[in-house]
Amino acid sequence: MAKIQSLHDAVAENIHDGDSVAFEGFTHLIPHAAAHEVIRQGRKDLTVIRMTPDMIYDQLIGMGCVKKLIFSFAGNPGVGLLRRLRDAVENGWPHPIEIEEHSHAAMANAYEAGASGLPCAIFRGYRGAELTRVNPNIRFVKCPFTGEELAAVPALRPDVTVIHAQRADRKGNVLLEGIVGVQKEAVLAARRAIVTVEEIVDDLASPSPNACILPSWTVTSVVKVPGGAHPSYVQGVYPRDNAAYIEWDKIASDRDNFLTWMTQNVTNAGPDVFAGRVAPLLKTGDA
Amino acid sequence: MTSFTPTEMMTIAAARALTNDDVCFVGIGAPSAACNLARLTHAPDITLIYESGTIGTAPNVLPLSIGDGELCETALCTVSVPEMFRYWLQGGRITIGFLGGAQIDRFGNLNTTVVGSYEKPKVRLPGGGGAPEIAISCREIFITMKQSNRGFVEKLDFVTSLGHGKGGTDRADHGVTTKGPTRLITDLAIWQPDAETKEFTVTSLHPGVTREMVADTVGWKARFAAEVGETPAPTQEELEVLRDLHARTKAAHGGGSDA
Repeated sequence: MAKIQSLHDAVAENIHDGDSVAFEGFTHLIPHAAAHEVIRQGRKDLTVIRMTPDMIYDQLIGMGCVKKLIFSFAGNPGVGLLRRLRDAVENGWPHPIEIEEHSHAAMANAYEAGASGLPCAIFRGYRGAELTRVNPNIRFVKCPFTGEELAAVPALRPDVTVIHAQRADRKGNVLLEGIVGVQKEAVLAARRAIVTVEEIVDDLASPSPNACILPSWTVTSVVKVPGGAHPSYVQGVYPRDNAAYIEWDKIASDRDNFLTWMTQNVTNAGPDVFAGRVAPLLKTGDA
Repeated sequence: MTSFTPTEMMTIAAARALTNDDVCFVGIGAPSAACNLARLTHAPDITLIYESGTIGTAPNVLPLSIGDGELCETALCTVSVPEMFRYWLQGGRITIGFLGGAQIDRFGNLNTTVVGSYEKPKVRLPGGGGAPEIAISCREIFITMKQSNRGFVEKLDFVTSLGHGKGGTDRADHGVTTKGPTRLITDLAIWQPDAETKEFTVTSLHPGVTREMVADTVGWKARFAAEVGETPAPTQEELEVLRDLHARTKAAHGGGSDA
């Protein structure tokens, strides 16, 4: 059964130096507040995993929390490149990081393999693609029935997966809706899972018997952090704060500006600031 | 005739290449504008799919990112990302994949990974995302990019996704059975692969564009088909619908959209 606890305690109990951690989300439901708590607690040597690393990965990398990044598309969605990631890869600041790079199909299949308890994922992919030259974790196997050559990558089994969701009930059952990305697979593939939610309710009010629900016993910690995905969005609750993503490009373009911003908005802040950040964005009537 | 920009011509020419029956895997930027223009003009029943899992989406404004809420709210349904890549893409359900990139070569191979060497890149680009498998699993690939010497290169710094490889039968020799890039739509021309060599050759010049303009903005010796046509100029309707779409998008995102 999931523990319902504070963000501080959820991170302190579940994420340790040297862990592999997936903060998943596909533009939607990005767990910003949880990533900030990891930075505040000064975690080091993390292997961070994400199909689409964006602003929070720029922040984790720039603050020196990351040893290795496993990913398939690293960008500031709709804006451009990740400046702190570039500075680490191109100039080794604040320290060099290891890169393990895949395609989306490979990462999605690898999470699914992890959730399925398989050692590797097999799919039709990577033919003629140069990542096969630079990533030794991309290999090929022959189908024993047809002889077709198929790509294989190791299953992803993060020590911890961190996601954000619309709501949980008081037992810690979690409901996600909208673009659900790879979050269900990432949680089921992980040894431990932290879920931050907009609200904790008496009744999950599942909109359909087929809704995307993570039962309480698949989740380690549930934390209520209203606004915890900002500046990402939560379908039906608040829209994406596009201006914040555009602003991030400027903040992250300079090392000193970046460090000043992180001190003011992360190190010297706490999870309760997120509710205020989304207050002007909250959807009142129809979404 | 109303005046139009080369980018508008590119988007409109790309939109015209799509049909009402297509099931199209859409990338952000220029492909997204072209696919939605097709939907709002001659192909109202086209199925647009974004890799975030949205199937049959009909956004009122162009998405800023591939996972915008607008895509989910207007979709027939939204599936998980593993399902998207396994059942819908790898399963062979997609007729057209629409790609762009930072660099392209004459065989439609694309680079969105690095400028310079992989190990010590001059510019670390976002990476392939869905492209390596979109390029091999969709029945055909359309590419849309603005021509420039920086982007249209003799040799890619990195092959993110396969086009026709080294040309000829190289794509098939990689065990790939889909057609690959069948059209390259730029701000100056429409290019199609030569039947034998698979090298992109110019088959249509946009109005007012000369062969020299095309040749000067690619890093290889541009080839032209035996008969080169002229792309019909945008119609009033195409321009109005495209401009309205961009105006709605700008109002919604506060000016963040491109293409």
